[in-house]
Amino acid sequence: MQTRRVVITGMGAISPFGRGVDILIESLFAMKSGVTKIPGLADFGGLRTHVAAVVPDMDPKEIPRKYRRSMSKMSIYATLASQEAVSQGNVTEAQLSGGRLGISIGSTVGSPIAIQEFFEDFLTYRSLERMRATTFFQIMNHSCATNVAQALGTKGRILAPSSACSTGCQAIGYGFEMIASGKQDMMLCGGADEFHPLSPATFDIMSAASVRYNDTPHLTPRPFDRDRDGVVCSEGSGVLLLEGLDSAQKRGAPIFGEIIGFATSSDTSNIADPDSESIESCIRLALEDAGVKVDEIDYVNAHATGTTQGDIVESTAIGKVFGNSVPVSSLKGHLGHTMAACGALETIASIAMIERGSLIPTLNLENVDPLCGNIRHVRQIEKADIKTVLKNNFALGGVNTCIVIRGYAHE
Amino acid sequence: MNDQEIIDLINTTLADEFELNIDDMVPGAVLKDDLGLDSLDRVDMVIVLEKAFNFKIREEEAIREIYTLSDIHNFVINKKRELK
Repeated sequence: MQTRRVVITGMGAISPFGRGVDILIESLFAMKSGVTKIPGLADFGGLRTHVAAVVPDMDPKEIPRKYRRSMSKMSIYATLASQEAVSQGNVTEAQLSGGRLGISIGSTVGSPIAIQEFFEDFLTYRSLERMRATTFFQIMNHSCATNVAQALGTKGRILAPSSACSTGCQAIGYGFEMIASGKQDMMLCGGADEFHPLSPATFDIMSAASVRYNDTPHLTPRPFDRDRDGVVCSEGSGVLLLEGLDSAQKRGAPIFGEIIGFATSSDTSNIADPDSESIESCIRLALEDAGVKVDEIDYVNAHATGTTQGDIVESTAIGKVFGNSVPVSSLKGHLGHTMAACGALETIASIAMIERGSLIPTLNLENVDPLCGNIRHVRQIEKADIKTVLKNNFALGGVNTCIVIRGYAHE
Repeated sequence: MNDQEIIDLINTTLADEFELNIDDMVPGAVLKDDLGLDSLDRVDMVIVLEKAFNFKIREEEAIREIYTLSDIHNFVINKKRELK
């Protein structure tokens, strides 16, 4: 149970739908898919998935070269998303640099594009002579967090969680705890990743990537659907500005919602295969941390990536905790799997659902897999008076994360 | 390539790499204070000059003595003469 309330005072998004929270939310409610066939993927031998959801081209030159030179795409996405969150939250220059605002932004890996460029040259010429001084800053694991800090001039704490698909959710949770404990007043929290063929290859090697919809990309991924066949990789960044309620009230910041609980745990049953009991345990820990009972959760935003096994395990766990009365949906059908960004992007969408009193259904869920049928799926846009949301994310390596989000009743 | 052509190639190469305004690239411009090029940029400056002029200068002691744009002009002009 936390002693200091932590609210959301800003949000920023770069997604396959484009730049900004508004276009993300409008596209999700419009049931659009960001998934397309990616030219060139078919050229890689053994790579059977040819679809992904990528961010439309954007000119990053508004970020001064001094800061941009050390950024790969993922840091550019994280910086633009952070700037949007800071702008929305009316954070001043003095607050940015005052030492009470920190960063908790992670990525799955350092820039794979920069790593490829480095090793292409290194292995071809056996030489470091053409290596740029800024390459390391794109490859290092905390690239997004430090690049955002440099660009925004924040002088508080730096945290760069890296737990693959759980990264964003974990970054929010750890930022939440840092504010709740009083160590910081504000934290920019979230994740970012850039698309590279290695991302779908990772899943395809494990036979967990979608391969049957290469010519109909908008029909995949298909969370909880009978005909789902795996993950569709994606890219982008989501960032939330978390802040102590006292701090937000003192400076008159807009308040969009509240983080009331967080749990993360390690599933040691298997490094790749998730376990429903472990997920169920994490969900219960998050509810306990939030101090809410099972019947207080109005909606579950599932991780559900569209893999055969993962969706069954997650729905089994959700069913054990909530039965079949609480509405559940996944946003992977719209966005694909934005990897480290998904926790934050899906939290932003959850806040929008609370604000609008309307639930976004799972795109491409046409025939519920009986093995995922023990929960109440959201099949169409539903009006709902939702106040409290459970947000799940789970990662290869056995990392469970759950946060509990609540709408903010302006007092 | 005459001296002016060398100077022009240096200026356009650095302007492209470091997104500099060509009008700011006067001979007396101090790399750090006037053009905003720091220690990381100096590493990349060597790489782009090596590529533009097809020579190796990374190990040259004289590189460390460069402070202004004209220092670069003179260094490259002298280097090209040495290599003739």
